[in-house]
Amino acid sequence: MTSPSALELDISTATRSEASLRRFLAGLPGVDQVGAEQRAASLATRSIKTSSKRTAIDLAISMIDLTTLEGADTFGKVRSLCAKAKQPDPLDETVPHVAAVCVYNDLVGPAKEFLGTAPVKVAAVATAFPSGRASLAVKLTDTADAVLAGADEIDMVIDRGAFLSGRYLEVSEEIAAVKAQCGSAHLKVILETGELVTYDNVRRASWLAMLSGADFIKTSTGKVTPAATLPVTLIMLEAVRDFREVTGRQIGMKPAGGIRTSKDAIKYLVMVNEIAGPDWLSPDWFRFGASSLLNDLLLQRQRMTTGHYSGPDYVTLD
Amino acid sequence: MSDRIDVRKTYKLFIGGAFPRSESGRSYEVTDAKGRFLANAALASRKDARDAVLAARSAASKWAAATAYNRGQVLYRIAEMLEGRRDQFITEVARAEGCTSRQAAAAVDAAIDRWVWYAGWTDKFSAVVGGTNPVAGPYFNFSLPEATGVVAAAAPEESALLGLVSVVAPIIATGNTVVVVASPNRPLPAITLAEVVATSDLPDGVINILTGKQSEILPWLASHSDVNAIDLTGVTDHALATELERAAADSVKRVYRSEPRADWTATPGLDRMRAFVETKTVWHPVGM
Amino acid sequence: MTTFQYDPAPESRAVIDIASSYGLFIGGDFVSTIDGAVFKTINPANEEVLSEITAAGAADVDAAVRAARKALRSWSRLSGAERAKYLFRIARIIQERARELAVLETVDNGKPIKESRDVDIPTAAAHFFYHAGWADKLDYAGFGPDPRPIGVVGQIIPWNFPLLMLAWKIAPALATGNTVVLKPAETTPLTALAFADICRQAELPAGVVNIVTGAGATGAALVAHPGVDKIAFTGSTEVGKLIARSIAGSKKRLTLELGGKAANIVFDDAPIDQAVEGIVNGIFFNQGHVCCAGSRLLLQESVADDVLKKLKRRLTTLRVGDPLDKNTDVGAINSAEQLARITALAEAGDAEGAQRWTAPCVLPDHGFWFAPTLFTDVSQAHRIAREEIFGPVLSVLTFRTPAEAIAKANNTPYGLSAGIWTEKGSRILDVASKLRAGVVWANTFNRFDPASPFGGYKESGFGREGGRQGLEAYLNV
Repeated sequence: MTSPSALELDISTATRSEASLRRFLAGLPGVDQVGAEQRAASLATRSIKTSSKRTAIDLAISMIDLTTLEGADTFGKVRSLCAKAKQPDPLDETVPHVAAVCVYNDLVGPAKEFLGTAPVKVAAVATAFPSGRASLAVKLTDTADAVLAGADEIDMVIDRGAFLSGRYLEVSEEIAAVKAQCGSAHLKVILETGELVTYDNVRRASWLAMLSGADFIKTSTGKVTPAATLPVTLIMLEAVRDFREVTGRQIGMKPAGGIRTSKDAIKYLVMVNEIAGPDWLSPDWFRFGASSLLNDLLLQRQRMTTGHYSGPDYVTLD
Repeated sequence: MSDRIDVRKTYKLFIGGAFPRSESGRSYEVTDAKGRFLANAALASRKDARDAVLAARSAASKWAAATAYNRGQVLYRIAEMLEGRRDQFITEVARAEGCTSRQAAAAVDAAIDRWVWYAGWTDKFSAVVGGTNPVAGPYFNFSLPEATGVVAAAAPEESALLGLVSVVAPIIATGNTVVVVASPNRPLPAITLAEVVATSDLPDGVINILTGKQSEILPWLASHSDVNAIDLTGVTDHALATELERAAADSVKRVYRSEPRADWTATPGLDRMRAFVETKTVWHPVGM
Repeated sequence: MTTFQYDPAPESRAVIDIASSYGLFIGGDFVSTIDGAVFKTINPANEEVLSEITAAGAADVDAAVRAARKALRSWSRLSGAERAKYLFRIARIIQERARELAVLETVDNGKPIKESRDVDIPTAAAHFFYHAGWADKLDYAGFGPDPRPIGVVGQIIPWNFPLLMLAWKIAPALATGNTVVLKPAETTPLTALAFADICRQAELPAGVVNIVTGAGATGAALVAHPGVDKIAFTGSTEVGKLIARSIAGSKKRLTLELGGKAANIVFDDAPIDQAVEGIVNGIFFNQGHVCCAGSRLLLQESVADDVLKKLKRRLTTLRVGDPLDKNTDVGAINSAEQLARITALAEAGDAEGAQRWTAPCVLPDHGFWFAPTLFTDVSQAHRIAREEIFGPVLSVLTFRTPAEAIAKANNTPYGLSAGIWTEKGSRILDVASKLRAGVVWANTFNRFDPASPFGGYKESGFGREGGRQGLEAYLNV
């Protein structure tokens, strides 16, 4: 029986104190920005055609968290969203349903009602989304409301202010508290990579979230630019891959915001395939946080089916 | 027997990649060397100058951050576009300067070649003026030229295209953006140059061209706190030049003075590029 | 578990047009051989015959040198600005014909289309653009007020980056006012012959560039010709030494760019994931057919296991196969001879006790193929640590301290390039200053730019190509 490696030992004690967490995070290897961006760009040159493209499109559709997060959201908006989530193309029943709908937590109830028994999950954003600037008590109540209303998944935001000022244990304990509030709901932890700025921060925040109980790590709220990018996703996929290798626990990954075209989505799937590995190629372990992406996937799917280019009149607005 | 009536061009300003009229709504009459009417050019106001500086500033960081190779490619493409419009420019220059077609052709060819010359400098300049400095200590020390930022320039009065190009190209080759006040009496080739620039790959705002009175616009540019340097080449009025230098002193602008000259054909040296770069020197210890 | 297989994504061959045979490009035209022979060039991915090429004889080489001499007078008297314009034209035409040239390069050389398309061809165009800009600025290059060309230059290039090596040679030679007789490698003549057509399209004056195809004998004739003022050679160290010996006592100038056995040093504080990419890029890019390949991996012992684990995992995602497939990462070995050399040296590695590990992949049954391989437990005293393999084979050694890494890295007759992986700036600068190598890459590898001088120390050759420094080789200074 082999003794645990240094990394394994560190992980079991990392969240014990501010000092040990800081040491652990600072001990992770650095990320060279130019090298990471080059790798992402190189993977983006993969040419995915014909049947592998068809497979990728359907896989991407099945991975979408179809999202509406507007102040102006109404029951009517959520009703349409759910209908589309269950049946993205009314004229083609071979199109798979999406993975989930993603809404503000006061619309979880209506969403559950509109979805009925369909195998589409309901994800709720919580913890003073998108800013995360509120007391822990408020964030936990926010989470509890969503769970009570029936959310299957909770998308929380980390406290970026605490992270950037180095209060790592505070960020970790907050995640753990939200996780405890989730019950059986799955927890996605949004890092808001656009505000973390450096890839080193993204790597550290990824590990911090995974050590603290995340079921998924997610790039962004979609309310800040830049949102998801290929290099940031690369770093986070490396993190989930390395985490499983050391702990045996598999954690999912979700890029969100700014993914609009099928071409983009396929680039992300290539990245999942070659960085984390095929084990992550399912809606259980990888999601796209997107709204307009779905229609572009449907248009591409139509082109592959009919052989000619399609147009916006052939996909539903919502 | 009827002559076809030509469709005459309106000459507007060139700011941020677009061709607006002056916000003041004014224009002025441009005549050829014999005093015959050529066109009404926009008479730029201080607000146009202000807008041009804004456009130049918003383009500045991205243009300076482009690779030198990329800047060279963009400049070279502008030369290609100029070559394509050679005949048009010969006509414009001959009309503006009152010279023969042959003289105009020589000036236009020289302008195109001047542009190519500067295109070839972008990825060599720092190798020639920069370098490592052998300091007495365990330090790696290097000096690099960096673009100063936004440059205001007065184009030469006489040489409507070649002189203009000789002032503008060295400013942008090193990564600066420019607001240039065209020759007051011979502004039309400058606006046609703007058309070339607008259809090239040069990002909006890198070159901005104002037409009008030097004494009206240049003082606002010389005193503008967001302009980093000023090129006084085209200012032949000594009193005005002095006033501009004084205004520039308030924000410690880099000032480039130039003797007025009639002949722009000689191959320039490096001083017009050196004038608008800052030298940055970096130290780093060398150790295990 | 879903798997994501990539369907074949072949680049079309329709864009290229290979003649069934080629003569020699001398004095601005394709001409028949006087005293030469013919040979075939094949596609190493499937052994298909592509064309019949002329092997120039001594009389052919003489005709080419005479044509270059004849063209020299007016070419060197052209103003720099006018010479520049020809070079700008050539650069532009390379860009315009980029896809055609990339496919042609892949089909003749065996390298993945992704590399010819994204690296070889664009960099070749960039070399012409860069040097075009120097043609009328030579008095600023630091060689005095009016540096003059040397005269007629003979250039011999290798098969690993055919068009790019041609650009590295011809661009500076022409910019500085010389005229050229160039011999491409015998296994990869096609893009050089296409380049002759580009010279025609650019209306380059006749005789300024002459292309004489052939093998060793043609090269030897060129080197020996009394009408050649300077030789530039890129190729094996063995042939480089022969050339240096043969021009001894003459007035001929010489620059050599020879082999290497570069050390790629990974410290414990390296950005590990990017270092793994750098290692892969260093030895498997272009199937390892790179003189400056990072063929010796020096791992700090404290991180060796972790890096090797990640490296092996990374190698399992390398796609080896049809070079024309846009998803191929590793293409074919250039020739049967080269494959035999690689195989023999890898077997030597087994015999001397190193541990071989090969990336799992399915190799095509036609053509010349070698799966990406690494050897661990390698010592300096092993042949595979010493001799240039010039293939996708990585030798892995370990070290304990930076001083030891530097000593091991320098402990070779070669000195072309080296890599340093560490996040510590002062260490980068310190190690770089102590490595006896002409090109040092820190936290990156195999980066090339026309503005960056390239060349080796010791038996990797002498002289630099690219940058201001690279002009010296073609000027009479």
